[in-house]
Amino acid sequence: MSVRPIAFVGARLVDPQSGYDGPGALVTEKGRIGEMIRGEGAPDLADDFRIVDCGGALLCPGIVDLRVKTGEPGAEPKETLESAARAAAAGGVTTIVVQPDTDPVIDDPSVVDFILRRARDIGLVHVYPAGAATKGLGGRAMAEIGLMREAGCVYVTDADRPIVDSRLMRRLLAYAGGLGVLVAHRPADPWLMDGASATEGEFAARLGLPAAPAAAEAIMLERDIALVALTGASLLVDQVSAAGALESLARAKAGGLPILATASINHLSFNELDIGDYRTFCKLIPPLRAEEDRLALVEALASGLVDIVVSAHAPAPPEEKRLPFEEAAPGSVGLETLLAALLTLHHERQVPLGRLIAAVTLAPALAIGLEAGKLARGAPADLVLADIETPRIVDAAALTSRSRNSAFDGRRLQGAVRMTLVDGRVVHEAA
Amino acid sequence: MENTAPGVRIHEAPRPIFPFPSRHFLSITDLDPPSAKALLDLAEGFVSLNRERAKKLDLLKGRTLINLFFEPSTRTQSSFELAGKRLGADVVNMSPRASSVTKGETLIDTAATLNAMQPDILVIRHEASGAASLLSQKVTCSVVNAGDGRHEHPSQAMLDALSMRRAFGRVDGLTVAICGDILHSRVARSNVALLTMLGARVRLVGPPTLMPVGVERWGLEVRHDLEEGVAGADVVMMLRLQTERMQGTFVPSSREYFHLWGLDRAKLAGASPRVRVMHPGPMNRGVEIDSDVADDPEISLIQDQVEMGVAVRMAILASLAARLDNR
Repeated sequence: MSVRPIAFVGARLVDPQSGYDGPGALVTEKGRIGEMIRGEGAPDLADDFRIVDCGGALLCPGIVDLRVKTGEPGAEPKETLESAARAAAAGGVTTIVVQPDTDPVIDDPSVVDFILRRARDIGLVHVYPAGAATKGLGGRAMAEIGLMREAGCVYVTDADRPIVDSRLMRRLLAYAGGLGVLVAHRPADPWLMDGASATEGEFAARLGLPAAPAAAEAIMLERDIALVALTGASLLVDQVSAAGALESLARAKAGGLPILATASINHLSFNELDIGDYRTFCKLIPPLRAEEDRLALVEALASGLVDIVVSAHAPAPPEEKRLPFEEAAPGSVGLETLLAALLTLHHERQVPLGRLIAAVTLAPALAIGLEAGKLARGAPADLVLADIETPRIVDAAALTSRSRNSAFDGRRLQGAVRMTLVDGRVVHEAA
Repeated sequence: MENTAPGVRIHEAPRPIFPFPSRHFLSITDLDPPSAKALLDLAEGFVSLNRERAKKLDLLKGRTLINLFFEPSTRTQSSFELAGKRLGADVVNMSPRASSVTKGETLIDTAATLNAMQPDILVIRHEASGAASLLSQKVTCSVVNAGDGRHEHPSQAMLDALSMRRAFGRVDGLTVAICGDILHSRVARSNVALLTMLGARVRLVGPPTLMPVGVERWGLEVRHDLEEGVAGADVVMMLRLQTERMQGTFVPSSREYFHLWGLDRAKLAGASPRVRVMHPGPMNRGVEIDSDVADDPEISLIQDQVEMGVAVRMAILASLAARLDNR
C-alpha cells in the first residue's frame, strides 16, 4: 500500500459532476485529489511523485456500490467483509454499502458499529452498512432508524424482503424521511411471488419452473409511489427490472416525486434465456426478465430514468447453488465484474460512457450523502484506472470473492481494471 | 409355449437397430423423429416378448441399473425395475427420504456416492424441475429422467405414443386432447413435444388457472371447455389434478372441477366414434375421470398404457446400453 502521491498522466478523464470526458492529468495529494489538468498539459511535479502513464486509459471516480451482501456477521464461509473488500478493490469499487440481512440482522446501532469497526481494521475500501428498515427484517415494526443513523448507517432497507404492510411502509417513509434517512424498497407483490423462481412466460413454462408475472413488480411499485406522494418522503426503488415498472417510475418522476431507482448490472446484462439448462448462477432476485424488459432497462439507464446501477453482489457457496433450480439460493457475485459489464454495455449499446460512470459514482454518492463520485480538487482520491477496450472471458474460479457464483462466468466482457485507489492509497493494481 | 404373436419368433429377440441419440434421456428433445420411431418399433418387439412365458433377455447382462426415486412412485419405479430385470441387468431401488431442508444436498451427495459404485444407468425421479439434468452433469453413467418436477417425463410420453400407435395403427394425424391440470404436468409437456414431433394434432383443455402462461404460443389449440375440447378427438388424455404441487387455490372445489372438467360418458359424446381414453395414473376417480369411462375396456387404454410402459422402458434401456457399448 502506497501513500506516495501519484500523478496520472495521459489519462482519459471522465468526471460525472462537470460532465468532462477528455484527455488530462490528475495528481493525488494527502488522500485527496490535487491538481487536475484538462487537455494536453503536464503537471509540475516534485521528485517523490509516482508517475503513472495511463496511455489513454479511463480515469474516473471509484465506484460506489449501494447493494452488496457479505456473509459477515453470521455466514463467513460465504464471504467476509475482508474478502468482499478485496473483491471490491479488484473491481474498481471504492465504497460498498452492505445489506442488513446478516445474522444477527443489522437492526441495532451495535451491529452498525461492529461493521464500521471491522471495515476500519481491514482498511481497504470504504464500507458502510445499510440498516434494517424493520426489526429483525420482520416487516412488523420499525427498527431504531435514528440510533442506527447516528451510529453510521447510510440508508435503511429490508433487503430482499418486501414490506407488505402498507401502513407500516407509510409510517416508515414518513419517519425516516423526517430524520433525513433514505428508505430503499424492492417492489414485489409477495403473493404473486410466492414460491416463484423465474419470470412467468413461455420459457419458464417449458422448463416447468414455478414462476411469477413481471407485473408483481409494478403492482408493489404503484403502492410505494402512492405512499411517497402521501408522505412526501424520498424512496430508493431497489432493483427495478420490468418494463411495466419502468412506466410507473417514469410517471412518478414526471410528477416530481422524490424517487430514485437502481438497476442491477445482472438485469442490464442478462435475460431469462440465460438460465438455459437450469443454470443456478442465473437464479436471481428479482428473477431475470424477458429481453424486452432488459432493453427497456438499458434504455432507462441511458435516459436517466434509472439513476443508479448496483452490483447486487450476493455470494452463495456451492452447496447452496449446486441444487435443482427451484431449491438453489438466489444471487450472483458481482463486485469484480461490475465495471467491465458496464463498459461492455457501452460498447454494445452505445450508452454514453459518462452516463454509465455517473450511475455508479456520483449518483449513488449523492443518494447517501457522500462527497465521493467526482474528479475535483479536494474531493477524496477514490479513483479507478481502467482499460476500456481490453477483452476478457470471465473465469469465476479466478475471482477474489470467497464465493464464485458469478452469472458472468464464461461471459465475454470488454474492459479491465488496472488500478484502484482509496483515499490516495493503491488498494489494487493489476499485475 | 403360449400364443406367440404372429411373425414374432422367440429366438429372434428384439435388439436396438441403432444406439440412443444421446448419452442421457432427459427430455423428448433428446430424440429426433427417426430415433423416436425406432424406439417405438423396438418397444413393439418387447411387447410381444413380455407376453411370453420366458421374458428374460441378456441385452443388459452385467449392467447395473439404479432406480433413484426421490418422489414416491409405484408404477414408474416397478416398470423400470421390471424392464431392467427382463433385460438381464442388476437392479437396485433407492428411495431417499426427501426432507425439505436437505433434499438438494441429498441429490448431489447421493449422486456422487452412487456414481462411485459404477452403475451403468441411473433412473431418477425428483420433485424439482431440472433435477435429472443437474444429476447428469455430475455422474459418468447414463441418466434417465423418470419425472422431474413439472418439467418432463419422457418415458411416459413414449409409452403413451406406443399405446396410441397400437390402438390406431399410427400417431400421425390423430387428434389428441390433453385435459386437466396442464400447468403442473410433466406428462403434458413431454407429450406435447413427442406427439407434435410424430405428427399428431394436440389440443390442451382445462381451466385457465391450470394452463401454463404463454401456452398460446406453443402452436397448439387451447380450449377451456371440456366438451368443446374433446369434440372430434381420437384420443382424450386425462391428467391428474396435482394438488401436491399447488400453491394456493387453482379451482374452487373437486366437485366443481368434476362438474366442469371431469370426464364422463356424456361429455365424451362429441368425440370421435372410435375415441380412446388415456390417463397416466394414478387416477383421482370422481375428480378428473368417472369410473364408468375409466373402466370401460371398449374405450379405455389405461391398462394398455401400463403394459406398454414396461416395453418402452426396455427399449430405452436397451438403446442406451447399446450406446454404452459403442463408447
